[in-house]
Amino acid sequence: MIQHAPVLIIILPLMASLINLIIGMWRKRLCYPLTVAALSACVLLSFAMLNTVIDHGNITYRLGGWAPPWGIAYLIDHLNAFMLVIVSFISLVVAVYSRVSIEKDMPKKINQFYTLFLLLVTGLLGILATGDAFNLFVFLEISSLAGYALIAVGDDRAPLASFNYVIMGTIGACFYLLGVGYLYIATGSLNMADLSGLLPDLYGSKVVIGAFAFMMVGVAIKMAFFPLHKWLPDAYTHAPSAVSAFVASAMTKVGAYVMIRIMFTVFKPYFSIEVIPASAILGWLAVAAMLFGCIRALAQTDVKRMLSYIIIAEVGYIVMGLSVGNRMGFQGAVLHILNDAFMMACLFLAAGAIEYKTGTRNVHNFSNLYKKMPVTIIAFTVGGLSIVGIPPTCGFFSKWYLVLGAIESQQWVFAATLLISSLLTAVIFFKILVRIYFGNSNENESSNPVFNEAPLSMLFPICIMAAGVLTLGFFSGKIISSVIQFTVPGSF
Amino acid sequence: MEIMDFIISKYNYWMYIILMMIGFYAMIAKNNLVKKVIGMNIFQTAIILFFVSTASKKGATIPIIQHGHGEAADIINTAQYMNPLPHVLMLTAIVVMVSTFGVAIALLIMLYKKYNTLEEDEILEILRTEDG
Repeated sequence: MIQHAPVLIIILPLMASLINLIIGMWRKRLCYPLTVAALSACVLLSFAMLNTVIDHGNITYRLGGWAPPWGIAYLIDHLNAFMLVIVSFISLVVAVYSRVSIEKDMPKKINQFYTLFLLLVTGLLGILATGDAFNLFVFLEISSLAGYALIAVGDDRAPLASFNYVIMGTIGACFYLLGVGYLYIATGSLNMADLSGLLPDLYGSKVVIGAFAFMMVGVAIKMAFFPLHKWLPDAYTHAPSAVSAFVASAMTKVGAYVMIRIMFTVFKPYFSIEVIPASAILGWLAVAAMLFGCIRALAQTDVKRMLSYIIIAEVGYIVMGLSVGNRMGFQGAVLHILNDAFMMACLFLAAGAIEYKTGTRNVHNFSNLYKKMPVTIIAFTVGGLSIVGIPPTCGFFSKWYLVLGAIESQQWVFAATLLISSLLTAVIFFKILVRIYFGNSNENESSNPVFNEAPLSMLFPICIMAAGVLTLGFFSGKIISSVIQFTVPGSF
Repeated sequence: MEIMDFIISKYNYWMYIILMMIGFYAMIAKNNLVKKVIGMNIFQTAIILFFVSTASKKGATIPIIQHGHGEAADIINTAQYMNPLPHVLMLTAIVVMVSTFGVAIALLIMLYKKYNTLEEDEILEILRTEDG
């Protein structure tokens, strides 16, 4: 059973999405339980795989029984298994959350929504499970196409935002495909493990360097890395709240995973650090991303747009951890993928619940909100403190590792920028939290806030995420010693 | 004349680069959204041309082994056969391309219904007046 898990985790949501479309024509009410059931099975499978990988090492699955360099092989190692758990868990939580908000946003299109949502999950899980460079491109496009459609059903501005995302995303995917083509010309192989064995002899070749550049730029567009982030704030702001919670927490992180795979699995670490100065360039761009994201977030009044700019800064943190090229930094980056997925899901879900109840995303209207929606606001506070990096929350621990990594490789500017951007996020969140808890004395006191909390099916996922943010902080040492330390490439 | 030989001997790759740049330019610089989508299509088609031309060989045949039955000792000379894999990869890429095109056109219909125009600057003007 467990040796078939790598492919089952992709087939399950794919089949569920098709069944959803058909069953939805008959009974719309069945779509939600079906989606939740399929995603619960995915979560169980991903935990089982993580367990097997920790106990017995990597799982290989050969599609159709063809041996790796010719057939498509799915290879689950510590990094994949870890990412699969994150993405499937967050997809389940967001699916549970989505029921009420989708019934409000698009009552006639519930089955189409869940079909697309499951396709998006299929694409992301496929990217994570596959060990084949071209197969990764196909799943990248499955997830992106579902993402374009899901973003387009948001508010009034959503179609234009989604269209810009289509254009940028297609450029990114095509660049990745070109990179794969160049690698195929140079080596005659598409399997990642095979490529990493064949490539070292060809590191001087211009074709291989061109392939690396194309793939990195393509992935940088998909993960919204600093100079190529233009599509992200619009797309994530105008998407439906359940969709933006999922894409914000999972999609950019999967992009970061693909970047790790290209830099450290397909190419050996010394290629991206010494042969060409890729990691130095990435590091300085990450510094720009951290500052730019936080400064732009400071100026926003729309809470979702502000969080979207913070994502750009968070992507900067992850890439900075990868670029310093040592054990600490890499562990910090992988831990930050996990933490950021939880923090972003927590904040976006809370923002969605606030929008659902009050109908506003503008932080100026958040005065005294804690009297109205205490539980949601506590979750929002926990997420916000974690983004800032206050100790018991998980955000502190990954930032701690990232700073240690930057100091270890004597990149003082990187470490300083990380601290400055943390201070900026502190300003951003305390500005909002002061308004939420103490209100604004200038405003008229006539609006008497009454207790009006979001429905339970929204509140429960929000609480799970907030609790996750706290517990991940306590268990971060355990997570690093049992999973993350095995994901570090050998030469660090 | 060396440079001419260099260009002519690899003219399919030159065509791929030219087509790709035309598409790239249209995607980034054009004001009309339909032209952007057409640019996207040209861009993707250029990549298909690139993949397909990497597989082609002069004087080679399709990759089906002739007289293969029971004659295990037949020596397979790879230079005589085209590489089928890039073609197969491009079949998948064409499917991806068509679906991207479909999503983009669907979005254009939504945009046209909403703003009654497909010029990007006019849409942005409408959005600015909404904000202001």
